[in-house]
Amino acid sequence: MNALSVQGLTKTYRNGVQALKGIDLAVEEGDFFALLGPNGAGKTTLIGIVTSLVRKTGGVASIFGYDIDRQLEQAKSCIGVVPQEINFNMFETPLTIVVNQAGFYGIPRAIAHQRAEKYLKQLQLWEKRNHASRGLSGGMKRRLMIARALMHEPRLLILDEPTAGVDIEIRRSMWDFLRDINQRGTTIILTTHYLEEAETLCRNIAIIDGGRIIERDRMSNLLRRLHSETFVLSLSQPLTAAPALERYPVKLIDETTLEVEVSKQENLNDLFARLSALGIEVLSLRNKVNRLEEIFMRLVERGAAA
Amino acid sequence: MSSMVEHSAAPPQSMAQIRRVGFQTIVIREFHRIVRIWSQTILPSGVTATLYFLIFGAVIGSRLGPMEGISYMTYIAPGLIMQAVILNSYNNVVSSFFGAKFGKHIEELLVSPLPSWIIVSGYVAGGLLRGAMVGLLVSIVTLFFTHLPVRHPVIVVAAAAMTSVTFALGGFLNAMFAKNFDQISIIPNFVLTPLIYLGGVFYSIVQLPAWAQHLSLVDPILYMVNAFRFGFLGVSDVPVVAAFTIMIIAIVALFSTAVLLLDRSSGIRE
Repeated sequence: MNALSVQGLTKTYRNGVQALKGIDLAVEEGDFFALLGPNGAGKTTLIGIVTSLVRKTGGVASIFGYDIDRQLEQAKSCIGVVPQEINFNMFETPLTIVVNQAGFYGIPRAIAHQRAEKYLKQLQLWEKRNHASRGLSGGMKRRLMIARALMHEPRLLILDEPTAGVDIEIRRSMWDFLRDINQRGTTIILTTHYLEEAETLCRNIAIIDGGRIIERDRMSNLLRRLHSETFVLSLSQPLTAAPALERYPVKLIDETTLEVEVSKQENLNDLFARLSALGIEVLSLRNKVNRLEEIFMRLVERGAAA
Repeated sequence: MSSMVEHSAAPPQSMAQIRRVGFQTIVIREFHRIVRIWSQTILPSGVTATLYFLIFGAVIGSRLGPMEGISYMTYIAPGLIMQAVILNSYNNVVSSFFGAKFGKHIEELLVSPLPSWIIVSGYVAGGLLRGAMVGLLVSIVTLFFTHLPVRHPVIVVAAAAMTSVTFALGGFLNAMFAKNFDQISIIPNFVLTPLIYLGGVFYSIVQLPAWAQHLSLVDPILYMVNAFRFGFLGVSDVPVVAAFTIMIIAIVALFSTAVLLLDRSSGIRE
């Protein structure tokens, strides 16, 4: 069964902006799905329609088979949403916020308190449960929104930029948490600007740009399509000009940093052998950009040029 | 962080349960809000009522003769209680709902499976709750200044509750349309307060010239205050049946409009 299914979804705002121009998308139950796109591509509008915060102009959408036009209440009871912007009452405590949210989904108060303890502890917020939420750090606020979205134990969790502004350590622990939730059966749809996050977590991906889906594939298939990678090399000795390396386009960034493009068909040993032959010693190397970021940029640039 | 989400093991909530628990949750949340900021929600009406009784009742009222055979202090008491009920029911909903809209936490309710009529009912119940709490406080203050008989207790409760619901719905509609905090204070300051003062809180309209009496009859608050006063004192400037008819029509019309607007989400959803 599809957790989410949309066909021909369109949205034109009152100011005339056409945010969605006929989106078709299906996300299977149990998937960890990435929805990527540049700012203003239509991601948040799509999520807004699915969660009923934005009214669609045309098309159909269903959640686990529940049509959002005819069975909106059933559809909404399956979804947990973590929005991009902080949207809880800053004057309430984390405990009150999550317990009330459970109530809006029909969870009796006694059960809500048990779940609140479970999720606030898991998301390391239990110590702050009785503090005013306006005093929480940015990362804590994000985690509170995740705890809130989980209180009714939704079948589909939609996360719109959940780790924006969160430090790397917390981000990685949130990744583990989300991966674990997904493994236990919750379908997750994630939008993010951290493409490393999408690459690490998601099995399937759709790229949306200009209100249209421009790519939809398995993550592994998409990454396989990348024909070359760019490596940044740190050198032990300074150079005055970029060395000539047959088959490898090279750029000298500064006197001790080289950028080398390596085709998927080449192996790195050959590259190092050539550098050694020229007496160039490499201290370290790293990918210039993450692989998904490279594909993403190419697809979006191609879309813009079309 | 480790997760233990067991959604498949959780019993599915029936729509009836979602609505019942959801409604209770909104009311509990409103109650906590009223209590949390009691110095803004409860206390001012008690202080204002005390001042009214001291000035209009004890100082000025003692120089006035009885009104329709009742001492002036006793005559104005039901109107002062009703004034507190009206303003607090209205203000509770307008500030709570607009605050939720402004702070975006209204989205917690909009993404939930609760239908619009439950959301409206929950907020109105919050307004009713604050109206009742403040009404009770002002009634207690009243008893320090005068004796207040209760001739028709059912009418007292019904008139207070229906008036409170009417103005809570008014507050909800105001909050739906308001774009900033100025717009939630315009109606209480420039519409409700004049209508309350001209609605027979401090006098019987019988004492007015004929043209002013006729003009007063278009003020809906006149009917509500008089129905409430009839419940306590057994006197009214207008037929009590007319008062309840107006309130029933107002409640049905305002509730339908509020639900319709929330369904369409004018000013909330894009």
